[in-house]
Amino acid sequence: MPYIPHTPEDVQSMLDAIGVARIEDLFDEIPAHLKAGALEKLPDGLTEMEVTALMAARARQDESAVCFIGAGAYEHHIPAAVWEIATRGEYYTAYTPYQAEASQGTLQTIYEYQSMIAHLTGMDVSNASVYDGASGLSEAVLMALRANRKSKASRVLMPAAVHPLYRRATRDIVTNQGVTIEEVPFCNERGITLLESLAPYAGEDYAALVIAQPNFFGCLEDVDALTDWAHANNMLVIAVVNPTSLALLKPPGEWGSGGVDIVVGEGQPLGVPLSSGGPYFGFMCCKQQHVRQMPGRIIGRTVDMDGKPGFALTLQAREQHIRRSKATSNICTNQGLAMTAATIYMSLLGADGLASVAGHCHANTNLLADKLCAIKGVKRRFSSATFHEVVIELPQSANLTLKALAAKNILGGYSLAPAYGFDNAMLVCATEVRTQDEIEQYAAALAEVLA
Amino acid sequence: MNREAQLIFEVSKAGRRAYSQAPKPVADDKLNDLPAALRRQSKPLLPEVSELQVVRHYTNLSSKNFAIDKQFYPLGSCTMKYNPRGANRAAMLPGFLKRHPLAPESHSQGYLACLFELQEFLKEVTGMKGVSLTPMAGAQGEFAGVAMIRAYHEARNDHERTEILVPEAAHGTNPATAVMCGYKVREVPVNDDGDVDLEALKAACGPQTAGLMMTNPSTCGVFERQVEAIAKAVHEAGGLLYYDGANLNAILGKVRPGDMGFDVIHMNLHKTFATPHGGGGPGAGPVGVSERLKPFLPTPIVGQDGDSYRWLTDADLPQTIGHLSAFMGNAGVLLRAYYYARALGREGMLRVGEYSSLAANYMLKRLQQVGYTAAYPDRRASHEFILTLAKEAKAFDVSAMDVAKRLLDYNQHAPTTYFPLLVPECLLIEPTETETKEALDEFIDAMARILEEARENPELVKGAPYSQPVRRLDDVRAARELNLVFRPGASA
Amino acid sequence: MSNIPAELRYAKSHEWVRLEHDGTAYVGISEHAQDAMGDLVYVELPEVGQTVAVADETGVVESVKAASDIYAPVSGEIIAVNEALNDTPELVNQDCYGDGWLYQIKLADKADLDGLLSAEDYAAQLEEDA
Ligand SMILES: Cc1ncc(COP(=O)(O)O)c(C=O)c1O
Repeated sequence: MPYIPHTPEDVQSMLDAIGVARIEDLFDEIPAHLKAGALEKLPDGLTEMEVTALMAARARQDESAVCFIGAGAYEHHIPAAVWEIATRGEYYTAYTPYQAEASQGTLQTIYEYQSMIAHLTGMDVSNASVYDGASGLSEAVLMALRANRKSKASRVLMPAAVHPLYRRATRDIVTNQGVTIEEVPFCNERGITLLESLAPYAGEDYAALVIAQPNFFGCLEDVDALTDWAHANNMLVIAVVNPTSLALLKPPGEWGSGGVDIVVGEGQPLGVPLSSGGPYFGFMCCKQQHVRQMPGRIIGRTVDMDGKPGFALTLQAREQHIRRSKATSNICTNQGLAMTAATIYMSLLGADGLASVAGHCHANTNLLADKLCAIKGVKRRFSSATFHEVVIELPQSANLTLKALAAKNILGGYSLAPAYGFDNAMLVCATEVRTQDEIEQYAAALAEVLA
Repeated sequence: MNREAQLIFEVSKAGRRAYSQAPKPVADDKLNDLPAALRRQSKPLLPEVSELQVVRHYTNLSSKNFAIDKQFYPLGSCTMKYNPRGANRAAMLPGFLKRHPLAPESHSQGYLACLFELQEFLKEVTGMKGVSLTPMAGAQGEFAGVAMIRAYHEARNDHERTEILVPEAAHGTNPATAVMCGYKVREVPVNDDGDVDLEALKAACGPQTAGLMMTNPSTCGVFERQVEAIAKAVHEAGGLLYYDGANLNAILGKVRPGDMGFDVIHMNLHKTFATPHGGGGPGAGPVGVSERLKPFLPTPIVGQDGDSYRWLTDADLPQTIGHLSAFMGNAGVLLRAYYYARALGREGMLRVGEYSSLAANYMLKRLQQVGYTAAYPDRRASHEFILTLAKEAKAFDVSAMDVAKRLLDYNQHAPTTYFPLLVPECLLIEPTETETKEALDEFIDAMARILEEARENPELVKGAPYSQPVRRLDDVRAARELNLVFRPGASA
Repeated sequence: MSNIPAELRYAKSHEWVRLEHDGTAYVGISEHAQDAMGDLVYVELPEVGQTVAVADETGVVESVKAASDIYAPVSGEIIAVNEALNDTPELVNQDCYGDGWLYQIKLADKADLDGLLSAEDYAAQLEEDA
């Protein structure tokens, strides 16, 4: 039987020790009529060779296309060492580090992760990950409501230029607690959130303003002005950032005159494969003064009873296993292994390596945008500077265009029709892994489709 | 300097790089269009190390962990069973890893087929009528479940229900989830035999009851015998019944939550379906529902049109509670669970509950024989059981925590300690079906020796562990003098 | 047996109250409570100026393994909090009836004191709970 090691003799001696005749007797406290039938809809078991062949065939079905979609998940080069180490059994098959003495590997790795991500974002502290960037934003919103003692209304301001899938997940999660999310429009020419759009909310009671940098359109917001505006109006600032971009862009800890209060984002670009959307990990950092409102696990450096340095879970009274209904969140299992991969990735790349990746993404996407915009009727939708994604306006339906491109095995981007009603607009991305050839192929294919 | 606990930052040296990992730097003029005011002024503090240094550092760190691949890991409520290597290899096939979450369905049929079948398998083993795979861990599955309960009541214009009932032995995620869904929590007492106090439950039920969250087998390691009476009481009050599937391994193939009367369940695939815990995650917490909750399932779900697959979206499920993540949840974990389900098949699935219960009942009997006290001596163990060391704590001043730490010196991972909170000085022990009898016996022998040590030399047990990279850590210092981020120059 | 000063009044939830001549009162937690919590690592205090009713939550004491709410034993306005606890929560462990006080409150109604336990009754309650 797969994964069950007992010989008939083992089973017999265990039954004898228990003092029952049959395994079935161990279930004698369960009312007989509740017992399950034969599970007939399940197929027969397969050997490792058979399941592997089956899944390999399935995987190959999905393999053929070149991808220019970003929209929150980015294909980057992942150094070979990252997952070779992360999938070592010692990381892969350990539980949450509750027994600190037998988990120093995981604990120290998390501490190093917290340090790296805090330095990258320019913040004081970090937790050990939340599920993903979008659910992380919902946690940040709930955290801001707790942390902003001056605010009595359960409301936050959310620019429409924040990723629509993040806004959707956040809404679906926080409205259960009666939280209101007020959407702030973006400038139709520049693709960013202007102070004048915020003016109507000045002096009103909102717990926080969310600022995405780059925003969903790839555009760079005037983060200093937005941050200062929010603080002047007694709101906290929640930054949603792309970690790769932070190698080049000003970290949220330095936005405006005081820096933001909470930072969240999708950690996937840091060494985690696209993998159909997960497992990724959400990163979450904050100012020291808010640390007791942070959800999720946090690791501290301390010493053991002999004075030797070591690592342990800390501030656990925030968490569900101690604080139960008053916990900062219900999160328990997080995204540890993906976070471990990111730690190894950041170590291998360092600040310079990450800056090279970011630079290439930026240059490649500009190259792509230029090539596409050389086609008649194709242009950039917004005028603001962008990081590694650009909204392209087509002379025809983006949905149809993308379909035609997919038939040529080019996944050409993400349509802005459903979320924004921009029927002819799509968001494109070319990271460092896209070659000049691929970019040219894309431009040629688009020219054909539009011809 | 204690080299063993050296941080990657402390082996870093200015100017060193793992050159081949990143593309060559781009020319500065390619970055000119980024406004200067939005640029970073100083480099982030990340390590400057060689590839070998990174590989060695994290390999050495990993070796400080206990892990299923190295040790028996009988952590109660966590189902630390063998995580098949084949599942990892299959989930990491390039076609799966490279698939963008927003790739069109035309380029996703292989992946969607796996997910669709997994949905069907989970329905069959749980007896539920609909499944959504998207929640990313048990707690998010709970959230989805309770949010569906809320949506159900609201759809019926029943706005008076403000309370979720939770047995006092419940896992902390249950009450925390109820609050995240906007409910008040009312705790229900548990009897001395581990079953819920039915009379107290009935008294607590009323028009304010939105639902009851329970685990069965319960967190006390026993099957809740009155489950049908409980279901009846809650249903008669108009509430719904939530099943926390953390302990599904005990009854997999034997009893189905759907047949017990539950309206909504979550499963922990990182427990019952052998996906790894990764040092804290990721997991996957799919939810299953009865017919009446199907319209509320979280999206996306995989549907089938003829012989092709597609995502069901808000248009198919206008009453959905919505999305809980940006994309599809922990896709790679779902693929590992799919592998496991295919490897086991019908035959294998039927055996899981049987053999995990066999191992637990065997260990319980043997540990009682060597002198330990069962918390529920008159009950069958489920796939796990509780010992209480209240007697030893009083007699020798040796706590459950001390025994747990001493086990590490015997190269055995400790069981879960101090959960559930209502049993004093408890150890919650879950051996799983994948451990040999020899492994179980070694653990029992270690426990027997520790009991002797506790009698003869309690100080030895209280000072444990001695064999690990560190001894007991100063948690108080960790919390009072917070050091959460390495900063050069700051003292450790 | 834990120390239960005779001149104080006690709430069932283990807070003590010391009435001053000026009609204000100091509030803290009992020795039994601090002992059960273990080493405190953090104390969350109410805001000065806040008005509270009996049994309102007025802060949290936190140890490594537990967190416990502080309920107002009497109603009134918070007029001072023990700022020293921000950096040295261990004062509550060291001197719970003295330097480890939590906050000072201006009583709204002296009759609230009648709802509290005498040292003797509180001792009896602890005996019962044991
Ligand atoms: C009984 C019980 N319920 C819920 C959970 C929460 O699951 P997760 O950690 O996957 O969020 C756990 C896991 O530890 C559990 O043991």
